[in-house]
Amino acid sequence: MSHHILIVAEHDGRTLNVATAKCVACATTIPDAHITVVVCAANAAAVAAQAAAVSGVHRVVTVEHPMHEHPLAAAIAPQIAALAGPYSHVLGPSSTFGKDLMPRIAALLDTVQVSDIMAVESATRFRRPVYAGNAIITVEVLGGAKVVATVRTASFQAAGTGAQAPIEAASPVAPPAHTRFVSVSAAHSDRPDLQTAGKVISGGRALGSAESFQMLYRLADKLRAAVGASRAAVDAGYAPNELQVGQTGKIIAPELYIAIGISGAIQHLTGIKDARTIVAINKDPEAPIFEVADIGLVGDLFEIVPQLEQLIG
Amino acid sequence: MKRILVGIKRVVDYNVRIRVKPDGSGVVTEGVKMSVNPFDEIALEEALRIKERGAAEEVIVATVGPADCQPQLRTCLAMGADRALHVQTDTPLEPLATARVLRALTEREQPFLVLLGKQAIDDDNGQTGQMLAALWERPQATFASKVELSQGKARVTREIDAGLETIEVDLPAVVTVDLRLNEPRYVKLPDIMKAKKKPLETLTLETLGVTPRAQLKTLRYAPPAQRQKGVRVKDAAELVAALKQKGLL
Repeated sequence: MSHHILIVAEHDGRTLNVATAKCVACATTIPDAHITVVVCAANAAAVAAQAAAVSGVHRVVTVEHPMHEHPLAAAIAPQIAALAGPYSHVLGPSSTFGKDLMPRIAALLDTVQVSDIMAVESATRFRRPVYAGNAIITVEVLGGAKVVATVRTASFQAAGTGAQAPIEAASPVAPPAHTRFVSVSAAHSDRPDLQTAGKVISGGRALGSAESFQMLYRLADKLRAAVGASRAAVDAGYAPNELQVGQTGKIIAPELYIAIGISGAIQHLTGIKDARTIVAINKDPEAPIFEVADIGLVGDLFEIVPQLEQLIG
Repeated sequence: MKRILVGIKRVVDYNVRIRVKPDGSGVVTEGVKMSVNPFDEIALEEALRIKERGAAEEVIVATVGPADCQPQLRTCLAMGADRALHVQTDTPLEPLATARVLRALTEREQPFLVLLGKQAIDDDNGQTGQMLAALWERPQATFASKVELSQGKARVTREIDAGLETIEVDLPAVVTVDLRLNEPRYVKLPDIMKAKKKPLETLTLETLGVTPRAQLKTLRYAPPAQRQKGVRVKDAAELVAALKQKGLL
């Protein structure tokens, strides 16, 4: 029996977010997966073409409506629910986009949601983290219920490209008028994106100020790395909220993660568990970050970071 | 009456180091400190501030769970909630069933705003608020870091991956809160004494017309994979050398 899987594309109106290719990678681990990607957008053509090229995708469905210029869960959820009938699984990424949207879809479909799938054991059996990643549970969806799920993107390598899936248009359902987009303020930066970067340098409370955080940006630029921050550093105003890494921030899986002046609260470690190599620089030799670090350096970050900058330069 | 309904959950305290039981049947909760889910405390704090500004007249706090949940409800009353609703059941509910309970409570209490934490720190599901909004056919504003109310509308700033997004929703609406919305107040001893006299009503799933279904079964718990023990280097030069050796520089 083949499993028909619907994946909700995340995009910014122009570019398909890599999180979608990671959802495709997750879906391909479900036995006999037949994968459809749905693109809700004001103008879907560009994003649909990118989705159609992702390896493993069999079909792309577009839904165009002016309300979909910005991704509002209240507008997208009824759209997906209207399409979901023939599908056994409806997947979205475990980004703020998917976390906002997917439970609304699940409730409209009167079904269960599995949050943060990190591994697929069968079409109905999945592994997911709980307690900030301090336990991993295996769950079984019972009674043939439709599976709505978010995919923990850090657990999957993005599917490649090369497919040429057909693209079809579906007619939109009227979105509700009770929710309206006002604005989005995002720091535009030429640095690599935190969620997809191969290298990430993160700073913690020990940086002491937004000014000293600049030191990390300089080092990051030399390494072509993205910059992240602990919750303590964000709460203290040293770094903007979108840089927060951890249980309630971003969950990332770079090749190299350098934690500078981060003590390593459990909630932070949750966000970096899948990093290939973790480097910790901290003046407290007992800091919990050293328990997960592949390479540890005990010392004063205000001396070490400039030295690194010079040595790498 | 202008009411705000706040949903809270009793969870293993934020500072407890979680241990998986050797037989994989769950995590150790015997003798472990339990608290109000920290995100829900932020939701309650926001509700109290809205009331203190005069934009609401009553703050109701509600939870679903066994009799053990009452100390957490009392804590919320001590923080300043006017009354508490305890939907008592020994059956663990899935988020959709919890959303159904809250939906029944919105019918009963007619709040203009429901505030919830964005996720509970035990199961990390992050579903209940959005599910309630869908069942209630009302707007949702998740991950809120700022909530402004005016004339039947809420303008909510949301912490999203790209930065901060602002949306406007008609009321009533469901708002789930993020960490930076506010800092919850400390409970003072006289407030704890006063809270003992505040109304705490016990309800059942039956009276609310909710029949929970089990659609998801947890088969086993396992500890997370441990990372290999790392090495210590003595200075920046050694660190750079080690990174070069791994091909990372």
